[in-house]
Amino acid sequence: MIATVENPVAARTELSVRLLEGMVRIRMVEEAIARYYGDQQMRCPVHLSIGQEAAATGVGLALRADDLAMSGHRSHAHYLAKGGRLNEMIAEIYGKETGCCQGRGGSMHLVDLAAGFVGAVPIVGSTIPIATGLAFADRQLKRDRVTIAFLGEAATEEGVFHESVNFASLHRLPIVFVCENNLYSVYSPLHVRQPAHRGLCELAAGHGIAAHAGDGNDPLAVHDLARAAVDRARSGQGPVFLELKTYRWREHCGPGFDNHIGYRTEAEFLSWRERDPIATFEYRLRQAGDFDELRHAQFQDRVETEIATAFAAAHAAPYPAGTTLLDHVYAQP
Amino acid sequence: MKPTGRELTYAEAIREGFAVALERDPRVLLMGLGVPDPKGFFGTTTKLQQQFGADRVMDMPCAENGMSGVMLGAALNGLRPVLNHQRLDFALLAMDPICTQAAKWHYMFGGQMKLPVVFRMILGRGWGQGPQHSQCLHSWFAHIPGLKVVMPTTPHDAKGLLIAAIEDDNPVVFIEHRWLHHIKGEVPAGHYTVPIGPARVARPGRDVTIAAFSYMVLEALEAAQTLAEDGIDAEVLDFRSLRPLDQGLLLASLRKTGRLVVADTGWSAAGMSAEILAVATESAFGSLKAAPRRICFPDCPTPTSPTLSAEFYPRAGHIAAAVRQTLRRPPSESDLLVPAGVELDKPNPAFTGPF
Repeated sequence: MIATVENPVAARTELSVRLLEGMVRIRMVEEAIARYYGDQQMRCPVHLSIGQEAAATGVGLALRADDLAMSGHRSHAHYLAKGGRLNEMIAEIYGKETGCCQGRGGSMHLVDLAAGFVGAVPIVGSTIPIATGLAFADRQLKRDRVTIAFLGEAATEEGVFHESVNFASLHRLPIVFVCENNLYSVYSPLHVRQPAHRGLCELAAGHGIAAHAGDGNDPLAVHDLARAAVDRARSGQGPVFLELKTYRWREHCGPGFDNHIGYRTEAEFLSWRERDPIATFEYRLRQAGDFDELRHAQFQDRVETEIATAFAAAHAAPYPAGTTLLDHVYAQP
Repeated sequence: MKPTGRELTYAEAIREGFAVALERDPRVLLMGLGVPDPKGFFGTTTKLQQQFGADRVMDMPCAENGMSGVMLGAALNGLRPVLNHQRLDFALLAMDPICTQAAKWHYMFGGQMKLPVVFRMILGRGWGQGPQHSQCLHSWFAHIPGLKVVMPTTPHDAKGLLIAAIEDDNPVVFIEHRWLHHIKGEVPAGHYTVPIGPARVARPGRDVTIAAFSYMVLEALEAAQTLAEDGIDAEVLDFRSLRPLDQGLLLASLRKTGRLVVADTGWSAAGMSAEILAVATESAFGSLKAAPRRICFPDCPTPTSPTLSAEFYPRAGHIAAAVRQTLRRPPSESDLLVPAGVELDKPNPAFTGPF
């Protein structure tokens, strides 16, 4: 935990620096994936989180190590922010035996149980009830963990979102539904999918749970919202829904950009780029005199090395042997 | 099995299986619409909530899809839940959590997580259940690697397979036929399991193999009795487990009889009867003395009116007639006669057991 009673101002500064570092690390990893994707060695779909780093980082730093999280198709940032191991993630994207799923999952199925990241799947909304079940079991077994269900705004259109929030509300489960609203489901804008006169928070509030909207590109704002939500959920006051407004920079699926295909305007994209969660937050730290050039440069060097090591290890690792094809269909007693 | 003289109905056997599982393991949890209600889920959950508490025997929102996912999460995080559906038709709302999530979870995450969850479904029949309360889609689930699928016929197997399903570390689809709930049979007290996988010889015989599922085992046994009167000795196999399927017992029987009739409780196209025929022709082709036959639903949705329902459901006589065909015997006019007093849209009063 970051907060110290002795010096709350210093603690806040340290938190801010770590938020910036968390976002930078995620972006550097995603940019490395984008850089090498064209080599055709990462043979699975990738949904990059560039532009959306603040939400994952802000929530991740509000959690205890033993808290749980699940996610959907765009899960790299959530996995890393929850403490998922980078080497296993990169190896998994490369389909290697050393990957977090031994090459059975790929980018859309990240897991790191030691970090409390219980899994991600690409069927939109499908992990929302499963995460709710994690929270239900923790309540039944009298553990004081909190579960985070990461979802995109399109998942609120799925029936299971409502079924899960209703059940979580009914039993006051220790879960926080973290909804990143990036305005698009693949190429379908929100306004063709949901009525403009009804917000996302109203959906959750309609099920009788606390709901708050915030700037998903401001990691400190996200952290404060998440911290309050997690504390509330842990103390037995019931689930919370958070809507974090943000924007995906790259194409829906893949390493490139897709503004040119005509589903969104270049002007819209540029307006969100102006609100880059990393550049704006770094600027804020500089203005406040809290940006340490040397520390940041050293941090970036370390991440650079970490990424290079992860990619080198993934390249060097063996593929799962064809003879293991039928392993793990059933759990053995 | 040594006779114990202890007789229960199938519904009582299910209830006893739940009670044993709940008693032995505090992680076991029952959930389902109406599980604690006064009617007790056809008598299969009566008063379990009073006995084990409202936090272990629970009602739920009318949300089959979401609650199936919730049960997966609960199973991943330390519980052993059973999700109960009064009709299989309602479980179809949950094909994503059952087939796309549960069935693949162990595999796609590299064998790290176990998913001990049971999806219990009941097949309706008769008294106007109609198109949407009587779909027999066991073959859908049996199609999916990663699921186990069982369909017990006797009270003994119902209790033993239920406990085995709850104790299994994989997702198990447990299917009951509504017309079996009143059947009586010997059921040992206390804890025992019937392993998931092996089929059962319900009646040994030499001349023909009748491979049957669930309620159709009873019709097959009646057919075997009729055929015995004509000097035909039929072997009836009870495929109480659909996945894994006991191919060994089927092939051993075919090598003996050389003739096969499959009696399924569902439709024929791409169904379990087709799977049995495929196993037989792929692995025992040289033993077959006649073309195999299938007794299945006609190729239409289940009707409601009693006159249409009587035409829809195949019964013992259809099985007997198919057996005669495989033996190149003349048809018997009596096979399809309906005895006086028998109403075909209600359970056959002759089928009470003990079995």
